[in-house]
Amino acid sequence: MSTKAHADHDHHDHKPTGIKRWLFSTNHKDIGTMYLVFSLIMFFIGGSMAMIIRAELFQPGLQFVDPQFYNSMVTVHALVMIFGAIMPAGVGLANWMIPIMIGAPDMALPRMNNMSFWIMPFAFALLLGTFFMEGGAPAGGWTMYPPLVLQTGKAFPFLIFAVHFLGISSIMGAINIIATVFNMRAPGMTLMRLPLFVWTWVITAFLLIASMPVLAGAVTMLLTDKYFGTSFFNAAGGGDPVLFQHIFWFFGHPEVYILILPAFGIISQIIPTFARKPLFGYASMVYATASIAILSFFVWAHHMFTVGLPINGELFFMYATMLIAVPTGVKVFNWVATMWKGAMTFETPMLFALAFVILFTIGGFSGLMLGITPVDFQYHDTYFVVAHFHYVLLTGAVFALMASAYYWLPKWTGHMYDEKLAKIHFWLSAIFANVLFFPQHFLGLAGMPRRIPDYSVQFADFNMVSSLGGFAYGISQLLFVYIVIKCVLGGKKATGQVWEGARGLEWTLSSPPPYHSFTKSPKVTKALMDY
Amino acid sequence: MIKIGGIKRTTVLLTLLTVVMFGFGYALVPLYDVFCEVTGLNGKTARIYGKEASKLVVDKERFVTIQFDSNINGNLAWKLKADQKFLKANPGKFYVATYTVENMINEEIVGQAIPSVTPQIASLYLKKAECFCFKSQVLKPGEKKKLTVRFEIDKDIPKDVESLTLSYTFFRALKDKKRVS
Ligand code: HEM
Ligand SMILES: [Cu+2]
Repeated sequence: MSTKAHADHDHHDHKPTGIKRWLFSTNHKDIGTMYLVFSLIMFFIGGSMAMIIRAELFQPGLQFVDPQFYNSMVTVHALVMIFGAIMPAGVGLANWMIPIMIGAPDMALPRMNNMSFWIMPFAFALLLGTFFMEGGAPAGGWTMYPPLVLQTGKAFPFLIFAVHFLGISSIMGAINIIATVFNMRAPGMTLMRLPLFVWTWVITAFLLIASMPVLAGAVTMLLTDKYFGTSFFNAAGGGDPVLFQHIFWFFGHPEVYILILPAFGIISQIIPTFARKPLFGYASMVYATASIAILSFFVWAHHMFTVGLPINGELFFMYATMLIAVPTGVKVFNWVATMWKGAMTFETPMLFALAFVILFTIGGFSGLMLGITPVDFQYHDTYFVVAHFHYVLLTGAVFALMASAYYWLPKWTGHMYDEKLAKIHFWLSAIFANVLFFPQHFLGLAGMPRRIPDYSVQFADFNMVSSLGGFAYGISQLLFVYIVIKCVLGGKKATGQVWEGARGLEWTLSSPPPYHSFTKSPKVTKALMDY
Repeated sequence: MIKIGGIKRTTVLLTLLTVVMFGFGYALVPLYDVFCEVTGLNGKTARIYGKEASKLVVDKERFVTIQFDSNINGNLAWKLKADQKFLKANPGKFYVATYTVENMINEEIVGQAIPSVTPQIASLYLKKAECFCFKSQVLKPGEKKKLTVRFEIDKDIPKDVESLTLSYTFFRALKDKKRVS
């Protein structure tokens, strides 16, 4: 097995150079870096689409794009952000950090690691290429509901195969992560000593393996419905379009936790560091994460309250949805309790983490509102839903990713980033993300539907505010790119420890860590995590 | 501490789990159908066969109003009309309702009617002995045709269901050769 080969010859720190180093890389750090860079690029591609959406919504009426193109912007924006930006960023962090957090020389399956990365650019070439096809890019929404999605033009099979490839890539990544954590921990690194980031990723990986194949099945059924005469979702042939929604959301709700659990892990690393206290309630954090993951398979129909479920179904899914708020509440409580009486400092990672705790919780509350069946009949398919999922995804997942980038950049590059600029980036992001998304709550409550390029005039003011916030947020992210590049090129030398309050194996290595991380297994003791 | 054998085993097990979950996605289809059949969700109507039909007892005390509705799916150039707006039915007795369908264009078309009943719970108790929806219908260019459905309302239909709607939607049949997807 290649891991063994690695372990044998990694004394001489040799590595391939040039393009080959990246194309054929089996090194967890190089692959992690590629994932992270890729996800940043996708973040900007998806972001440009969001700019087009907000430009069109700046005023009522149709100004810039035709409705069909608007719809494909909404559709592809979501697909790019979910599958191209947030998920690969999580996998990139896992690649970089998990081996050095558990004291392993590399990932368990380095060759598969290389493949799972290189599938991604290929899949997105398929997806983004559809913009140049007859009939345009997919425009039926990222949720791909039939029968609408079956009206997609030449792009249809490309959409389906892109989803297939992305699924395969993330399942391979997930298998790799579980195999690594289960089989390559350093002596003394017991399961209940694992850093929380590792724990949340193991659980995320199980979610991926359990849910992505179901999505693959659903889109395959769409494909055969369109081209091979099956009628899974075709009423004329005895099928039922609502069935698709059940299958899709059986995947879809676990998917939203795939996006957020690694973020929970990141925050659980950062807050103790800057509060200089061990994480409050470590074991309860692990159990809360696991229960969230299990529950996430029993709440899917809260996305479908309005399709005509029987009353008992509506009630079951309402109560199950409310139940998820309990372990989520445990987590938020533990984060706050960790800070309680801590010696806190407010470097940029901590600022993003604090903003995460507050803003993610706001998103959780709007989620609770949506989970109440009778009121969801009003909120469903309005901007209230858009506000909800952007609070949990942008000020939630993306803020956590930003926090992690600042937290680990010194470890990755060996240089400190520019703290002053980073703080400016934080404040711009935090302020304008709220200007962007908070008014959308009001728009939704007032009845503005989502996925529509035009709206009636009473929604004009809040939309203009939201668009201005959007442009400002978008532009501020360029600052992030500048800060990252500046940090890669140079800056104050970072020590191995980097942050005074940081604990864990990764901080015992130099910054940047050697090409092959732990050539000899470190001994892990309880003292490693003590303050 | 690298457990090479462990890595192999974990990988194989997880790959297996992936395959199982892919299968589970497909298993949801029959599960859903069974679930709908048992609960009457989906509004798919029930059937009644000879043996059961001969044992029916008519409940003269009770009337259930049945309203008839008709729809044509997007890409089918037909016209469908119920010949009666509604019908008052005693549970346990057979009734015949008719529809008129007409092909509006100069082309032979195969259509398939899909029934649906609301409230959904009532679909379990509307039992058909004969229906034009049991097989597809072929209409010659411009042809007009009477369609019949023979059914009874089961005597166990919940007391609070005083009226129900039987709706048909005609789709262009899947086996119609010139069907545009
Ligand atoms: C307390 C936890 C949460 C609850 C109770 C909750 C509840 C809901 C409900 C009921 C809906 C459906 C609204 C509708 O369409 O009418 C919804 C939509 C959504 N939620 Fe959440 N949610 C929670 C957390 C999250 C998290 C953590 C994420 C992602 C990180 C998330 C992402 C989404 C997305 C993306 C949608 C919209 C899907 C779509 O229709 O396109 N939610 N949520
Ligand atoms: Cu959900």
